[in-house]
Order: sequence, then structure tokens, then C-alpha cells
Amino acid sequence: MSIYDQLLQFLIAGISIGSIYAVMGLGFMIVYSVTRVINFAQGEFAMLGGMLSTVFYAKGLPLSFSILCAVLITSAFGMFLHRTVIYPIRTAPVFTLVLATFGASIAIRGISLIIWGTDFRILPPFSKLGAMHLAGAMINIQAVWVIGTTLLMAIVLFLFFEYTVPGKAFRASSINALGASLMGIKTERMGAIAFGLAAGLGALAGAVVTPMMTTSSEIGLGLAIKGFISAIIGGLNRIEGIIVGGLALGILEAFGAGLIHSGFKDVIPLLIFLVVLNFRRGGLLGDPEAGKI
Amino acid sequence: MSRVADSKESPMDVTPILEVRDFHKAFGGLVAINRLSFKANQGEILAIIGPNGAGKTTLFNMINRFQPASGGEILFEGKSIKELSPARVAAVGIARTFQILQLFSNMSVVENVMVGRHLRSKGGMLATGLRMPFTRREERNMFDAAMGKLTMMDLKKEAFSSPLSLPYGRQKTLEIARALATEPKLLLLDEPAGGLSTQEIEQLAQLIKRIRDGGITILLVEHRMELVMGIADRVIVLNYGSKIGEGTPAEIQSNEEVINAYLGVEF
Amino acid sequence: MENVKRTRYASLALFMIIVIVIPFVVKSPYLITIGIFIGLYALISLGLSLLMGYAGQVSMGQSAFYGIGAYVSAILTMKCGVNPWLAMILAALFSTFMAGLLGMVVLRLEGHLLAVATLALCIVFYTIFAQWKSMTGGVDGMPGIPKLSIGGFTLTRDVHYYYLIWAFLTVILIFSFNVVDSRVGRALRSIHHFQGGSEMAAKSLGISPMKYKIQVFMLSAAYAGIAGSLYVHWLSLVTPSSFGFLTSIYPLIIVSLGGQGSLWGAIIGAAVFFIVAEAFRALVPILKPGTSGEYEILAWGLMIILVMQFLPRGLVSIPDILRGKGKTKG
Repeated sequence: MSIYDQLLQFLIAGISIGSIYAVMGLGFMIVYSVTRVINFAQGEFAMLGGMLSTVFYAKGLPLSFSILCAVLITSAFGMFLHRTVIYPIRTAPVFTLVLATFGASIAIRGISLIIWGTDFRILPPFSKLGAMHLAGAMINIQAVWVIGTTLLMAIVLFLFFEYTVPGKAFRASSINALGASLMGIKTERMGAIAFGLAAGLGALAGAVVTPMMTTSSEIGLGLAIKGFISAIIGGLNRIEGIIVGGLALGILEAFGAGLIHSGFKDVIPLLIFLVVLNFRRGGLLGDPEAGKI
Repeated sequence: MSRVADSKESPMDVTPILEVRDFHKAFGGLVAINRLSFKANQGEILAIIGPNGAGKTTLFNMINRFQPASGGEILFEGKSIKELSPARVAAVGIARTFQILQLFSNMSVVENVMVGRHLRSKGGMLATGLRMPFTRREERNMFDAAMGKLTMMDLKKEAFSSPLSLPYGRQKTLEIARALATEPKLLLLDEPAGGLSTQEIEQLAQLIKRIRDGGITILLVEHRMELVMGIADRVIVLNYGSKIGEGTPAEIQSNEEVINAYLGVEF
Repeated sequence: MENVKRTRYASLALFMIIVIVIPFVVKSPYLITIGIFIGLYALISLGLSLLMGYAGQVSMGQSAFYGIGAYVSAILTMKCGVNPWLAMILAALFSTFMAGLLGMVVLRLEGHLLAVATLALCIVFYTIFAQWKSMTGGVDGMPGIPKLSIGGFTLTRDVHYYYLIWAFLTVILIFSFNVVDSRVGRALRSIHHFQGGSEMAAKSLGISPMKYKIQVFMLSAAYAGIAGSLYVHWLSLVTPSSFGFLTSIYPLIIVSLGGQGSLWGAIIGAAVFFIVAEAFRALVPILKPGTSGEYEILAWGLMIILVMQFLPRGLVSIPDILRGKGKTKG
């Protein structure tokens, strides 16, 4: 493989994983904007999406149906999480709430370990093509699925927030919870919807990337951290910023791991994070006030 | 017989304890303080009044250095404090109370005042951790000094209670006690009469006079005119960040521009 | 005031008696090992409790300083032939120094950002431990670290290290109590609104919040560094896997369980943490044989959720609640 091919591979890999980070980041944004809570369980939603898809598929269900079930179940689980863990202590200081989500994330991971152990699981690629030629290099078709699905999710989310009534209610709740509730918007329900939506999106992302990168009980926390960093780069409130952040993170990680050493894979996003924060609290593209929690 | 000139009439002879020159503060396009200059003389009670939004608390925040000035100079005892951090400002001798009470709810009443003794003690982490003898002495001294301040404010009985258990007026007194514990030269009082009854204001007035008589200069931002007119030596009137009047309470009361600014407010 | 002192002395006495007696009652060497881990993590968490409870700063970086203490001790004793006790002092000092430097950068942040920044510290140092082969032995680490000796007596058995570690913990606990009851403790309590303080008021009284945040950060790093030294001399081995991502989370769980800002809470939290984990690990394979992985985190996760819902001030708040003091400021 020529150097050019290698670089292109890194780029594609980076964009693929970066899209997942971006979706994670969007999940953080959705929940944060309505509840002011950083939901550390976001990564586990992706894990559940992948794992449940493999479970259903292994039982003989068709691939798309397996994924659909996984997404719906995880989405419902997200709402359940909100109702049992967040809602009862919604008046507590943010710190307590965040610790609670953290507790939930490790509990979910623990349950997964007990039920499914530490094994890696995989789904078959979504299309039979396998790989295709693009500009002289071989591209894994699944990458196209990943990037495409992510893009679709981002567009749908954008349209949802901009043009639909529930979406605008969402944004209203995030800007001014009291005002929104006075206007008849039920902020408690908004919280449940936020969790459900973030969970569903996370699950879909987790499922779609499984054929490329396998899934296991332990992938959640890493995804959550990188997703959070992407969200921070986007100031926790700008879709475009979060997507750029996620992609940048993924690409730099892929190049770093590929060109320097795979051992540095995890450090790179964090170093980027530290550098960005040193210069701009609100991330590169977001709101300068977002740094204050 | 010649009359000895009143020291207040020749302020140039004595360095004012606080001098603000061409003070300016803008938040983006909004000018909060507009080229403000004034002096505070040692030992006087100087009141700053003005309608809401006139910039009074912003002024205090800048003297305290919680916020940087956009322009101008501020001198304390003749030396510039424009670049100091808030903690340094406290160290040079300026103490302050707050419009919205900032008591430490996680400590008892006496401990609140003991924090005021922080600047007058020096045991660090290592020394206190090892319980070196000088830190034990310091701790006793801090406690005694704090109790002294509480006794002066008639709060001795509540020394070990939570500050939240005190009535509002007493909480405000506690905050003053805490500020006094730093042994300041200049005390900034931010709306100390806010929320107090007429009787409590009378007691506050006596307290402030006593503090001044102890040698501390007082800068007072206030809305309640009973307090201002009763105890201020001089008054400065702000409106939209600019000075529109300066003088004794009597002079201010008859100043047309001031009356217009306050249209409708009872003096 | 005097009542507090008497309770304090009584608790300390009781504590020391329990610690001393346990190895005589509990004969299982495995449980002694658990006792060692409880002691080590209590030490690591003690500093974090102060950091979180007093300065209001969350940190996932304790594992980094634990690791620095461990590796510096290992390197000095093995590669430079330094006396282990001297090496321990140097390791703790180096850990403290690094915390000072890093603290100046990281402690400007608040809330979630601070948490992730400190997590970054954990991962950066883990990477250094794992990748700097020439210095640290890389992923395989460094075996053969010398044992500690006092006078002519060499500490070889687990039980020796159990007593040593808990002795250190006791001394450091008393030191911490002294700090907390002093002007430094009050200054710490004053600076964070979350704990009932007021940063504005603190500054107006001459307290520089940043200075104290950094100092507490350094103190917790010192505690963690000492723990790291003790750890490697006990194990005679240092590997990067002991200082990974999950290690940075344990102290956070322990402090949340025990109660932020509570020194006894750090110790009780550590004890509960490990005992529940062991109980869980004993129980689950009975129900589902062949389970693998660190599934005891389920127990921890549930405990955190329950504590946040019912005991947000941690386990140490139980006596207060029973006495009817209930919830004060949140």
C-alpha cells in the first residue's frame, strides 16, 4: 500500500470513528440542554445498541430488525433511566446528578459484563460489497454506512430543533426552563424525551459501527469521554461545532495512532481537550459562557 | 481672631484615603461608569447614592477589583490599586460587605468572623497540620479577636450557632463584624440597610458611627435615605454612571438636578 | 468545642484498636490483602475528600499521582540505589511538585471540564508509564522492587505492610484533622459556593481561592504519592495497569460513598467499597458461573445511585440523619 493509500485509510477510519464521537457529543448536548446534566451513561447507550443488536441477530432475527429493536429498547431504557435516576433527584445540585449518571453508567457496564462477559461481538457488514475503490484506495463500505447514518441523524436533529414544534419546545426548555413551563411545556417530559432521544441516537451509532470495530461491554466509558470532549469543542450547544469536534478528534486520533504509535490513541483527544480549554472555555465554536457550569 | 480652617475644606493638604480618577467602565456598548472622579477623606462617612442602575454596585466591584475598570485610576492611600487582585486589595486594608449576603453557611457564627482574621494570621498547611505551637496560639488569638467583635455587635450569645439561624438584620451585622475582623482602614458597605426595619436602621446608624469613631473610613452605597442623611458627612450622587452632585446631605437635598433624577422618591 | 475533641479522640482510639486487632481475628491472608488495599485507597481518597468537600474541586487525577509516587520510588530504589525511605520522601515530593505545576493549569476550570481535565492527567500519565520503556519498563513494568526495612527488620509479610500502611494512614489522618480545624480549613471551606462558602466573600477577606485549591491539590497528590510508594514496596512490582482509567474512578466512588469532605468518610468509604466488591465477586459466580470482567462495578454503580438519592452527603451522614438533623444546605 502506498503512503497515499495509508493516509487515506487513516482519514476514513478517523472520519468513521469521529462520526460516532460526534453522535455521542450530540447525545450529551440533547440531555444537557434540557436537564443541565452531563449524562455519563451516554456511552453505554452506544454499547447497548451494539450489544443488543448482536444478541438479536444471533437469535436469528434479520439484521435491520435486530438493530431496530436494539435502538427502541435502548431508547426506552434511556427514558427509564431518567425516570428512576435523574427525576427523583432533579432538585439536587448538578454535581450529585452527574455522579448519579456516572453510577448508572458503571452499573450498566456491570450488568453487561455479568450477562455477556468481556467477549467482543460483531455484526456482519450492512452491504455485501465489502470494500470499494475510491480515488485509488480501498474503502470499507461500512464506513460509508457509519458516516451516512451519522449525517442523517445530524440533519434530522437539526430539522427537529429548527422546524418542529416539539423541537422548538426543546430549545425553549433549554434556554429558559421556567419560562418554558409557564408556556405549558412540561419540562419533566422534556427530560424523559431528551434521554430517550439521546439513547436512541447513541444506540444507532453503536450498532452501525459494530461491523467495523466490534462491540463489547467495556466500550462505553471511552466513547462517553470522547463524546464529551467533542461536545465541549462545540460548546455543548452547537450541532455544527460538535460534529466538527467529533470528526477532528477521530481524525487526529487515527493519524496519531497510525503514524506515531497506537499506545497514544487515547492521549490525543485528551491533549486536544486540554489545549482547547486553555484557550477557549466555550470550545472553538460554541458559546463562551458554556464553560461555566 | 482667625478661624482655623476646617480640614474638610482643604482636602489637598491631606492625602485622601481613597481617590478615584476618571473611572470608566463599559460593558460592550453600555457605559456603566462614566469618567467618575471623587475622593474619600480619612475618617469620613461618604455615601454614594443614585437611582437604580446608576452604577453604584459596579463601582464597589471595581474598587474591590472584582471587576476590572475599563479606564481611569484608583488610588488607596496615594498608591495605585488598579492592578491588584481582590485578595490583595483586602490585604492593603479595604474590607467590604455585600448587597446580597455572602455569609459562610457551612461554618458557625464565630467561625465566620474568624475567617475575617485570616489576613492577621499566617499558619500554613504544613504548620497547622503538624500543630506547631505558634499555630495553636494563633488559633486562640483568632478566636478571642472574633469573640471580641461579636461582643461589640451583641452577637456573643449566638457564637456557635449557624448563621442561617439568625434573623436577617443580625446576619447583616455579622457580615459587618466579619469585615471588621480584618482591621481595615476603609470599609465598603453595600446597601447595609436593605431589608431592615426603621428601628434596625437606627441601630445600624449608631454602629456605623461607632466604627468611624474607631478610625475607619466608611464608603456607603445606600438606597434608604434615612440612613444616608442621618450619618453621612458627604454624599455623592450618581446617575447613569456619572456624578451629578456632591456635597453635604443638606446641599444634596436642595440640588435640582438630583431631585429630578430621583423624581418621586421621598427624601 | 470540647465535646468534638473528645469524640475525635475516642473515635481515633477505637479506630486504632480495630485496625490493630483485625489481623489477629481475621486469619485469611486474602482478607489481609483486602485490608492493605482498603488502607491504600483510603489514603488516596483522603486527599480527594478534602479536595472535593472543601475546595469543591472534583478530580480523577489521583491515580496519576499514585502512579508517580509508585514509579519514582521504584526507579530511585532500583536504578539509582537510593534508600527506600528516602526514595519515598522524594517520590512524595515529586508528586506534590507535579501537582503544583499541573494544578495551576487545570484548577482554573470548574465542574465537568475540571473532571475531564483531571481524567486527562490520569490517561497522560498512564501512557507515559506504559510507553516510556527505558525508564518504566513499559507495559511489563519493573519487578524486583526492594522491600522496606526498619532498623534491622525487613518487612516481608503482607501483615507487616498492613500495619505499616495503616500506621501511615493514622498519622496522615491526624495531620488532616489538624489542617481541617485550622485557619487553612476555614479558608478552604470559605471558597466554594457549592459547599456553602462564597468565593466573593473569601476574596474580600484576603483569601485567594486559586492558591488554596492548588495547595489542597498538592496535598492530595502527596497522600497519593506516599500510597504509591508503599504499594510498590509491598508488591515488589510496578506495572502501569495499576494506574489506569478505572483506578482514577475508585477514589471518586469512595469519596461519594463516604461523604465529600469527610475524613472518616474516606476510610469508611474505602472499606465499604472493597468489602462490597468482594462480597459481590463471591456471590455472582454462584448465580451465574463463569462471569468474567470487573462486574463488581455493578455493585458500586448501584451504591452510588442509591447514595445520591438517599444519602447525598455520604454514609457518614447517617448518624446525623438518625438524630433528625436531616438535610441542611444542598
